[in-house]
Amino acid sequence: MTENTVPSLPLNPDPCLNVEITPELVAQHGLLPEEYDQVLEILGRTPNLTELGIFSVMWSEHCAYKNTRKLLRLFPTEKKDKKAIGQVLVKAGEENAGVIDVGEGWGVAFKIESHNHPSAIEPFEGAATGVGGIVRDIFTMGARPVLLTNSLRFGSLESANVKRLFRGVVSGISNYGNCMGIPNMGGDVYFDDCYEGNPLVNALCAGILKHEDIHRGAATGVGNPVFYVGAGTGRDGLGGASFASRELTEESAADRPAVQKGDPFMEKLLLEACLEMMSIPGLVVGIQDMGAAGLTCSTCETASRGGLGIEIDLDLVPQRETGMNSYEIMLSESQERMLVIVKKGRENEIREVFEKWDLHAAHIGEVKDGDRMVVRHKGVVVADLPAKSLTDEAPIYDQPASEPVHIRAARDWSINSIPELAVELVESSLMKLLAHPTIASKRWVWQQYDHMVMSGCTVEPGSDAGVVHLSIAGIDKRLAISNDCNNRFCYLDPYKGAQIAFAECMRNLACSGARALAVTDNLNFANPNKPEAYHMLKECVKGLADSCSFFDVPVVGGNVSLYNEHGDGAIDPTPVISMVGLIEKADQVTRSFIKEAGQSIVLIGGLPHELGGSYFLQTEYGKKEGTCPNVDLDEETKIQDFLLESIGSGNINAAHDLSEGGLLVAIAEMLFENPELGAELALDSLGDSNRLDALLFGESQGRVLVAVEKDHLNTVLDSAQKSGLSAMSLGVTSDSGRLKLSVAGNEILDSEVNKLHKVWSESIPEKMNHS
Amino acid sequence: MKVAILQFPGSNCDWDAEHAVQDVLGIPATRVWHKSPLPAETEAVIVPGGFSFGDYLRCGAIARFSPIMKDLQSFAEKGGSVLGICNGFQILCEAGLLPGALIRNDCLEFRCVNQKLKVEDSNEHFTPDTIGSELTIPIAHGEGNYRLEQDALDKLESNNQVLLRYIGNPNGSINDIAGIRNEVGNVYGMMPHPERAVEKFHPSQDGLPILEAFLGPIRSSSPIELSQS
Repeated sequence: MTENTVPSLPLNPDPCLNVEITPELVAQHGLLPEEYDQVLEILGRTPNLTELGIFSVMWSEHCAYKNTRKLLRLFPTEKKDKKAIGQVLVKAGEENAGVIDVGEGWGVAFKIESHNHPSAIEPFEGAATGVGGIVRDIFTMGARPVLLTNSLRFGSLESANVKRLFRGVVSGISNYGNCMGIPNMGGDVYFDDCYEGNPLVNALCAGILKHEDIHRGAATGVGNPVFYVGAGTGRDGLGGASFASRELTEESAADRPAVQKGDPFMEKLLLEACLEMMSIPGLVVGIQDMGAAGLTCSTCETASRGGLGIEIDLDLVPQRETGMNSYEIMLSESQERMLVIVKKGRENEIREVFEKWDLHAAHIGEVKDGDRMVVRHKGVVVADLPAKSLTDEAPIYDQPASEPVHIRAARDWSINSIPELAVELVESSLMKLLAHPTIASKRWVWQQYDHMVMSGCTVEPGSDAGVVHLSIAGIDKRLAISNDCNNRFCYLDPYKGAQIAFAECMRNLACSGARALAVTDNLNFANPNKPEAYHMLKECVKGLADSCSFFDVPVVGGNVSLYNEHGDGAIDPTPVISMVGLIEKADQVTRSFIKEAGQSIVLIGGLPHELGGSYFLQTEYGKKEGTCPNVDLDEETKIQDFLLESIGSGNINAAHDLSEGGLLVAIAEMLFENPELGAELALDSLGDSNRLDALLFGESQGRVLVAVEKDHLNTVLDSAQKSGLSAMSLGVTSDSGRLKLSVAGNEILDSEVNKLHKVWSESIPEKMNHS
Repeated sequence: MKVAILQFPGSNCDWDAEHAVQDVLGIPATRVWHKSPLPAETEAVIVPGGFSFGDYLRCGAIARFSPIMKDLQSFAEKGGSVLGICNGFQILCEAGLLPGALIRNDCLEFRCVNQKLKVEDSNEHFTPDTIGSELTIPIAHGEGNYRLEQDALDKLESNNQVLLRYIGNPNGSINDIAGIRNEVGNVYGMMPHPERAVEKFHPSQDGLPILEAFLGPIRSSSPIELSQS
């Protein structure tokens, strides 16, 4: 349909609107010819440049999830057990962030979001504004942000460019979050060649609010005024949402104007002003963050949610640059801005609050009858579109999928292709693993984050989960947070790999004494138009969705980041899982570090017997291959229940999940807080694989180490066995300062703990100090 | 009301300070907005941590021009007790209520760690005997590197104005200085955050004796009269 049935909009004083819409221009806006035909059909006429820009950003993958919307429907969005704690109050996709119940009338809003592409181009600003964006999503809901975490992925730290990206990202996060005064509990950081040139920066924020204070992003009440609050609009971040929906190339550096610049001080003011405004009863009708696609997204989404129209005048929008045209104003992704719809007649109340905080509060439009989003500039209409067409009518695709050959090879792999590990090489293998930046201490990262502000830090970063006390809300509860995703497993077996990420995340929470309540996911994948990449995306989503259903842990929101490719290839599938758990009582808070000598170390879940996908294969042979370890969800449930019950009855002093690096790495890590500590441990056999390497460094799932008082040892062993779990006492901690291990009567390791600790703690700082 | 906790745009440890003083120590405290006058019944002032005015230009450089600073100056001149923590310390230095300046950490990075500190014998309330000779208290700053010219430093040291020194200097501060007082002894400033070491679940509760040392004397005193400005 190309015939104009309605006359085009009149010539605009703004020359950019008189531009002819050519197929090239449409392609530059990332719209396929058939998508453009759909635009023509919706409008019944040719769009002008501003309208084309609006469709382009709203129909980008970043805003419309056009390649993933069908898959995302697989995720359960509420709990099946309606009596369990953690009921979903605001579901995924409904609002800026999901909200769950944590009891006594309180709710927690939380969500993770990616800022991968901006961080690849401009690491400091890209990461900083990633934090800013997710924080706005949380306080838009009416919640006081109480914690931040990040999932970060980089290439090899041997590369100077990766060091630059790593340093820039960490300092960007540190700069923004510290200034906001929200504790950052660390998170996870992995290093793998597949992220060279395309780092992943996923930022999570959680906030606390009373049920009755939940605010929505809907424009309701015809005649209600629409306010623009916060920072002025500039030309930064133009079309960032479309930029994030393309592959990175050599030319991407030229996209630097598509990266926003953050001002954490402005956001701190905006946070306080918004929470103050929302505490005034009945004043705020709807509120929406201006994040991706800025003013465009916030106006059409609020109108669409409210089932009404909205009209705004760009001449009234606070601007920090002169001569901006309507295309630029509508598509700018300038940071620290919000759209607020207030009750008609109460305009002065919002103005007073924002005046106190020295911020703009400009009345730029109003809620209208009908369904149109109408934008005026310099006295003429520059966009007139049905709001729902932008939010609900974006094309949705089912892409062809085909299994990549490496996945078949991984299934057919045999451990016999790897030579046996000699006993005398055990210590050096362990040291190599401890020094691998993925396994090594991340203190270099989290000591740059203020994790203690708000006085709630209960378990500092570095343990299996970060824990914050909610004293700022005046309640005696604690939130635990854990992020997970081992890309190696997802690469070798996307379905199982995603399940492993999910189960490990829950296990981390259980080790900390917390029951998982809900999950937010960040799906980081390559170009979905490539069948191999789409296959891995689809399988990972299925793996996650099945895990959610199995454990009855719903998804309350998240983010999709596709096109994570660059000159050297694509990233591994990386479905980052973040879970929030709750700890009701102070004595249930558990850390992964053993404090003193005389503690029995117990292995729950049996001896490792798999080697596929392990970090050992990476550090010894430089290989990412092998069969992904098995994951047994029933077994995982048993372990979590056992942990929570034993922690609850005070029988466990420390608990640590076995993950990257396997058994020996986990044992060493548990000793690393007290330099005097040692342990004398013994294993009766090599286990099912009958191989030393699989025993010590294999990454079989469903296992944890716990430290217990000698007096409690039998109780713990009994209780594990009653739960149907394998449990074996490995030995006792000592004050010898040495880690000794024998297998079937033969000594295989006798190392100074300090020496092991040194390689683990100094690996990242050393690499970063030599750049 | 006894303790006023100043709130500048960008302050972010104001709640923490109020919580420690009011909920943990049981001394009434209120946050006071920087455009408001200091309440008449104020008996002690805490200038809390954070990033006042984004720490743009220089830490504390803009906050010193806030309307409430006139009242604070006059309160301090009349002998009122003032404690600046982290950004509050930086503001007090910028305002000339304490000597010296705080510049970028020598490691050029933000540092948030539990920091060991040595307590100096500084005045009757602040001694190793009353507080403990060694404390562990969190620090969280990017600009805590204390600097002072030699003559003034000699004077500071000979007057016993140093309250706290770092054990294992995290930021390059001259003479390992972590906290100081003014010559008279009513204005304190420190980079460590005593308000973050007060709860049972905190790794240390060493912030309590510091806050007690600062606030103890005012429990029995009467309010400072402020002139009308």
